[in-house]
Formats: sequence, structure tokens, C-alpha cells
Amino acid sequence: MTTDTNTTTDVLLAVDDVSLAFGNVRALVDVSITLRRGEITALVGDNGAGKSTLVRCISGIHRPDQGTISMDGRQLRFRNPEDAREAGIETVHQNLALVEDLTVWQNLFLNRELVHRLGPVAVLDRRGMQRRAQEMVSTLAVNVPAVKSRVRRLSGGQRQAVAICRAAGFSSQLVIMDEPTAALGVQETARVEELVLRLRDEGHAVLLISHNFAQVMRLSDQVWVMRAGRCVGGRRTADTTGEEIVALITGALHS
Amino acid sequence: MTTTGTAPTRNAPVREPASTWTRRLRDVSFWAEWAALVGLVALVIVFQAANSTFLSPGNIASMLVAAAILVILAVGQTFVIATSGIDLSVASIMTLAAVVFGQTYTAGWGLAGSIVAAVVAGLLVGAVNGVIIARGKITDFIVTLGMLSAASGAALVLSNGKPVTIINTFLLRLSSGGLGIFGWSTIIAAVVAVLAHGVLFHTRFGTHVLATGGSAEAATATGISTRRIKIAVYTISGVLAGLGAILLIARIGAAEPAANTAFLLNSVAAVVLGGVSLFGGRATILGPVIGALLLTALTNGLTLLGVSQFYQPLAVGVVVVLAALLTRFQK
Repeated sequence: MTTDTNTTTDVLLAVDDVSLAFGNVRALVDVSITLRRGEITALVGDNGAGKSTLVRCISGIHRPDQGTISMDGRQLRFRNPEDAREAGIETVHQNLALVEDLTVWQNLFLNRELVHRLGPVAVLDRRGMQRRAQEMVSTLAVNVPAVKSRVRRLSGGQRQAVAICRAAGFSSQLVIMDEPTAALGVQETARVEELVLRLRDEGHAVLLISHNFAQVMRLSDQVWVMRAGRCVGGRRTADTTGEEIVALITGALHS
Repeated sequence: MTTTGTAPTRNAPVREPASTWTRRLRDVSFWAEWAALVGLVALVIVFQAANSTFLSPGNIASMLVAAAILVILAVGQTFVIATSGIDLSVASIMTLAAVVFGQTYTAGWGLAGSIVAAVVAGLLVGAVNGVIIARGKITDFIVTLGMLSAASGAALVLSNGKPVTIINTFLLRLSSGGLGIFGWSTIIAAVVAVLAHGVLFHTRFGTHVLATGGSAEAATATGISTRRIKIAVYTISGVLAGLGAILLIARIGAAEPAANTAFLLNSVAAVVLGGVSLFGGRATILGPVIGALLLTALTNGLTLLGVSQFYQPLAVGVVVVLAALLTRFQK
């Protein structure tokens, strides 16, 4: 790790006064949050608080009406999720966005396939992708799925591992995870949490959406709380308690 | 990896080959995956036992020629079904393309010009299908059902309902000549199948076709334009229908505005027999090709046995439904 003289340089992504309305519904109102490199930032809030909408703005699905999103001080203007991905922002969607009928390696390289160029035709480098997929999977996952097996045959935890693997590969800087353990059992949750910590230790910034307070307290370094489309507070996880976060979410406490 | 962990797994693969084979044979999904091949082998055995001319070189050659058009249409249909769509207009597009060939040929466009016109007609109609389905967000079934009617109507309008006789030495050689026992149309169909296999499994486009059919949502999330894929597969189906039209004209020596309904049903049947999932996402080219061969062998064999033509559609129907039942056991 390099030691930075400027303390603000460890802020990877800054959301400033972002607002977004769908017709009369004000989904986001002047939301400002920051995410730091090498940290897990949790985003919590009740259903409909605007967490998903904010995440969709960061990952390029929605464009904010007002406000800016900037990375390393440079303002980002995404037209589509592809732009966000090129900027190094990867999202692990709640439904995982895996194609069950394709193999693990095909999913890992979906729309980023490696090819051999033979004149005008580009032929898939199947061997190369399988080899690299094996490397990606074996460095990350604890319960390594076979890269040639179809995703349909994997357990929930293995699928999550594949999805996280895909997000973590390809030199991404920020990995957004929407409820990564919502559908998992106790053991699998523990393994996925290990993976999330590993991502942080490798220097990725992680934005974690979770309803599980114990998990948020266990994993995160920073918590942002949303309520009714606004960001109602931010805390360092070490300086707060689960009760305080719940109070912020329900509106019992105003920061 | 720890050394203690590798010891038990080392033992397993040694015993596996024998057990996996017996397990495979008992596994219904194995039979479902290879339904077309199993059916083809069974039919060949039965027909050969009943009539020894079935496997004569002459009959094999004529079966392969007869299967050529169906193979080409089934390949196009496979791309469409792989994206969880269906092209009900494929036979009508072939009819329209044939009529376009007939009209342009009699108008003096020459052979090359007419071939291009027929293929372009197929391409355009297929692209219209794709654009309406992708942009208009209307179900594939309805759009291509409408196109089935529209294209055969257009064929009647263009030809004024009359067939055009085409006399051309090149087309005559195409239907009767060949290399050894393989007729030119058989060779063309084989080339189409090999190219299609390459496209489906060795290009990014092919992977994106399977991803679109497997999960359109996931494909979109990774930045794949499922609209473009949809438009492309219907265009491929249209182009191949245009190519089929040329082989059809070569075979019957005329461009007719006749409805080729049997080709539509058999193209879907060949794909289903080939173990391709109608829900999309899983496809092979070899399967539908074997499916098309099976359907051709079935009608050919029944004819050899002197069974009335009226029984042939009945037999095809039974075989297809049986195959569809088997695919329920696919994993």
C-alpha cells in the first residue's frame, strides 16, 4: 500500500447531491455518499428507501436528474451499464445475472470472450478462457466449482462465488453487491462473507446492500443509511451500534 | 490443495469409466439427449430388415438429397429456437423466395441475379420478423404466424398464383450431380451445418445467442444486446430459407407459390428431435441435422415398404410427440 499525503485520495467514488424522480415519485433526494478504496461500505435502509435506485445510478442503469457521481475526482457520465463496467464498476445483481445453461467459464467471460483473430473471423479461445477461468475461480472461491460444469448444477453458494468472481476479475475497482447472501444457508453465507473480505483485502472498494444487520456490523467499515429517498446518516461501523442504525432506518433518530 | 484431500479423489476416476457408462445407459436424460440418433438407428435397422434396398447406395444418396432442404431450414430454426423464439414463417419465406427467383429469372435477371434476389428476399423478410419481435416486443409466435400468412400471400400476389417453369442446366446439375454418392445439395447442406456449428460454438455471437435464450435478463445485464441477437437469428433463418428455395427450385424444376407446410412442421420437428430446448439456451447443430435425417428416413422407408402416403404425416406426428415426451427427462 502506498501512503498518500492527501487524505481524500482514498475516496474512490463520491456521489454528490444526486436526485432522481420517476414521474411524481421522488426516488432519490439530494443523496451524497462516499466510498473508499480497500473498504466495505454498507448501504442499509427499509424496502423502498432508494438503495436499489442509488445503486442503479452508480452502475449506469439510471441517470440521475441532478447531482454528480465521480470516481477519483473525475465526473462520470454513464449512458449504459457497459460504460460503468468500463470505468471499473461491477455489479453482482440480486438475481446473479448468470445463464444457467452455460458453463462456469462461459458465464465468467460472457460478453468479454477471448478470441483468436483469423483474418476477418474471430474464433473463441475456448482453452484460454477455461484456463483463465480456472485461475480466477481457484484464487477466490473456497468451494471451487468445476469451470466446465453448467451453472444449473451449482449450489447457491457456488453460484454466488461465480458471480462475485466475475465482478472481481477484469480489473474492477468497485464491486457492488445486492443482498449477496439473502438466499444462502449458514455455511454458504460464511464462505461468501470470506470472499467479500478477500475482495476488500485485495484493494477493491465494495458497496454492500444488506438487510442483515449482524452481517453489516461484521463486514463493513462504513455504513450509509437511507430513508424515503434520502441519505439520513453515515457512520463508521466501529463507532456505532446495531441499535443506532435501526433507529436511523426507522426514523426514530435524526442525525 | 492438501495432500490428505487428494488421496480419496485419486481413487475415484479409476473406477469411474465402467460405472459411468452403465449409469449413463440407465439414465433417462442420456436417451433424451440422443433421442434423434437412437431413433435414426432404430429406424434404419427396422427398414433394412424389412427391405434390403433401404441401405443401398442409391437410396442413401436419394435420402440425403431429399433431406438437404430440411437440414438447411432446421439449422435456421435452431438458431431461432436457441433464443427461445420460433419461426413459423420459415416455409412461407422459402415459397416467397422461390417466387422471387421465378419472377426475376423470367424477367431476364439471369441465374446469378435471381439467386441473389431470392436470398435477399429471404434476408429481408427474416429481418422484418426480427425487427418487429425485438423492437415491437411482440411474441415470436404471433409475429411469425402473421408472417407465415403474409409471405405466402405475397408469393401468390407476385406470381399471380401461377408456377413458373425454370429450365437451367446449372440448376439441373445442382439437383442431379454430385461427388460420389453425395449430391451437390447434400454437400451444400453439410457445408451450412458445419458453418452453423462453428458460428454457434466458436464465435462470440453463438455464445450470445445461447445466453439470450438461456436468460435474456442475464444477457442484458452483461451488456449483450438481446434485440440485435433476435434480429440476427431471424435474419439467419430468412437467408437459409432463401437458400432452401434455390435447392427446391432445382429439385422440382419450377418456382411455385405452393404452401410448403410440411417443411415448416418438419423443421420444428427436426429441432425438437435433435434435443434442442424449446425454452432456449440449449442447442446443438448435430442434433437437428440428425433429426432431419430421421424424418427423411421415416418417410423414405414407409414409401419403400409401400405404406400409403397418407400415413406419413401420421407417423411423423407420433415420432415428434414421442421425442418431445423424452425431452422432458432432459437435465
